Amino acid sequence: MELTEDQIQFGEVVERFMADKSPPTVVRKLMATEEGYDPAVWKQLCEEVGLAGTHIPEEYGGFGFSDVELAIAAAAMGKHLFCGPFFSSAVMAGCAILEGGTDENKEALLPGIAAGTTIATLVLDSLDKVEEVGQKVTADGDVLSGQVPIVIDAHIADTLIVITADGNGYALFSIDKGADGVSVRLRESIDETRKTCEVTFTNAKANRIGSLDIVGLNRLWDRLVTFLTNEMIGGAKHLLETTVEFTKMRFQFGRPIGSFQGLKHRCADLLMELELAKASAEYAALCYVKGTGEPYVASMAKNLAGDAYTNIAIAGVQLRGGLGFTWEEDTHLWFKRAKGSEVLLGTPHYHRERMMTIIEEAS
Amino acid sequence: MPSREEIIEEAGAWLEENLDPNLSLVEWRSRLVDGGWGSPRWPKEYWGRGYTTEETNVVTSLFIRKGAVPAASAGSRNLAAETILACGTDDQKKRFLRGILTGEDFWCQLFSEPGSGSDLAGLTTKAEFKDGKWVINGQKVWNTSAHHADWGILVARTNWDVPKHQGISYFLINMHQPGVEVRPLRQMNDHASFNEVFLTDAIVEPENLVGAEGEGWAVAKTTLSYERGGFGTVSDIECEVEKKGRLYDEYDEEMREANEPYVWYPQRQGRVDLAVPRAQATGTIKDGAVRQEVARLISMKRGAELAARAAKAKVRSGSNEIVSAGSIGKLASSFVARQGAKVHTMISGADSLLKGEDSAEQGVIAEILVSVPAISIAGGTDEIQKNIISERVLGMPKEMRADTGPFRDIKRN
Repeated sequence: MELTEDQIQFGEVVERFMADKSPPTVVRKLMATEEGYDPAVWKQLCEEVGLAGTHIPEEYGGFGFSDVELAIAAAAMGKHLFCGPFFSSAVMAGCAILEGGTDENKEALLPGIAAGTTIATLVLDSLDKVEEVGQKVTADGDVLSGQVPIVIDAHIADTLIVITADGNGYALFSIDKGADGVSVRLRESIDETRKTCEVTFTNAKANRIGSLDIVGLNRLWDRLVTFLTNEMIGGAKHLLETTVEFTKMRFQFGRPIGSFQGLKHRCADLLMELELAKASAEYAALCYVKGTGEPYVASMAKNLAGDAYTNIAIAGVQLRGGLGFTWEEDTHLWFKRAKGSEVLLGTPHYHRERMMTIIEEAS
Repeated sequence: MPSREEIIEEAGAWLEENLDPNLSLVEWRSRLVDGGWGSPRWPKEYWGRGYTTEETNVVTSLFIRKGAVPAASAGSRNLAAETILACGTDDQKKRFLRGILTGEDFWCQLFSEPGSGSDLAGLTTKAEFKDGKWVINGQKVWNTSAHHADWGILVARTNWDVPKHQGISYFLINMHQPGVEVRPLRQMNDHASFNEVFLTDAIVEPENLVGAEGEGWAVAKTTLSYERGGFGTVSDIECEVEKKGRLYDEYDEEMREANEPYVWYPQRQGRVDLAVPRAQATGTIKDGAVRQEVARLISMKRGAELAARAAKAKVRSGSNEIVSAGSIGKLASSFVARQGAKVHTMISGADSLLKGEDSAEQGVIAEILVSVPAISIAGGTDEIQKNIISERVLGMPKEMRADTGPFRDIKRN
């Protein structure tokens, strides 16, 4: 992707912030807490960098940048395993409101999300398949019932955005986490850098804030997938780099293990796989902005990135040998984020099937 | 520096005067070359105009629009010409460059050997200086168009007592002599796109040594850099005139003949374009496993195209990552092609065995399966690409070498 001067500078600002505020020592500290993030750092990120408003239009308190900037920020956050509600609040909830909210509700909800003073999250009742969204939570008028097994950052959210089935389309609701009939239970997950909760609605009265048709829901899904994919690329690239560096430093049999062709060729294969996924992920972001490209770009990028990151993570542990399997070494942090990202919003397998459905519909 | 308009005016006027569809191909190209329009990028003293690439592109575009047949380019003549231009003597340039452009002389490349493929510098074809002439003995392989070549660019070993890269010399060899025997080389896919060349006391005149004796490796690297870099092309330009007459007939025949050995090349890329249509036609598109592999194939192919595009943008912006981009792209094309063969095997099943007009896609499916192995070998094997990527891009240490010291002492085939 050819970037403008401004986009390059934006990337450098985010990268500096992440390198400074999210080193592995901090990630380890935060993942061990229940909250999973540092409110002071989140405040600083939102106030000084204004990051939560990156993609939110200026009329709703954001900067009105495109999804290219969003992808750049995603890669920096993925590289440093940033622990904070950016994905859940600014991206998932923010994009859902942008896609389906009425103007009035956008005005009411987005400025707080853009400023980072409100933490919201999106209750997607399927994180596996877009076709299954809207089945677990039902709305009787504006009263919600149902249980959703995985909701990112619900425990720290002020506001929950909920999508339910509504005739041939979908209804969009917002509800305070503290409202009657809402209960949130933090779940244990292998990826402690991204906290997940179970959310239960029991006759909980919500506000209807808008609607989505099936095209809108798929567009939202693609947008979230594209963000997550670019985040994965940032992590995958970093993990491959640190793994290669390790093989240059580690001596066995009187030579650096990185001089063995078996390892060199494995790393070359991984770099190729990464480059295909990276180019696709960046292209998907650009396509979203321009409204161009193949209708399956997001699924194409996610399936490539899912496989690439997981393969790099497996090699990241393997090439470090016994050391790589210890808790003390940092590799497992990226390994677990890789696994978590691979399965959220559709596995590579799901996205390949979705590609074929789209291709068949087009032909 | 002529302006774009000046170039168009001068070249346009020249074309007006000289382009005649009733000429023979050689007659036309003689006019073209003697007029300085055959390769305008070349220096003025050697049939060129000393134009920059950009200025040359202006000429090329105009010539395409006006239907002017370009200078000869088939076979390995471009590699020979660029090498002679860069490393040859004034006498060599005067003797050879014109015939290359007019197409009167056909050239081939005599580099690879049965015993030295990836390790080209390990070549063992011998050149000995006897009675004022170079006498060549050895065997070359994978030689494009050697069967109708007049001349060859040849690397051979002239000194066995120095390290391997230092004992190589570079020659221009006349292919029309008793010591040169050319045989077509039958491939596993039953095509014969290349030749093997046997050199038995073949003679090279002393004035046809390029560069100094023992300095042939540097000259060969010049040739290889043109092989890898390719030539600037101008595309998407429509011809404005109707191409009729002897000139065009002869040119079409030349192109057909030049491309004939490579009709199977699309098959070695895995024919990704046929995956969905074939899956639909056979009904296998309903098979979940096939769907997975087809989607994977399309993702990999498109990903590789996007990565290549990103790499080109990087090069344009002044980055020096060109070598790595090429190697990653080359490796990716093998990866895609293998997946293509796998997909077509799943889709066509037993039918993929059958060849001939009444078989799947008139034998194309079967040809994919037996052509794909070539993509991982030709132009630098996958293994060599991985060495390049790991060493030059990832900065991983080189393997320990077992081929230092005098060439005579190195273990070889």
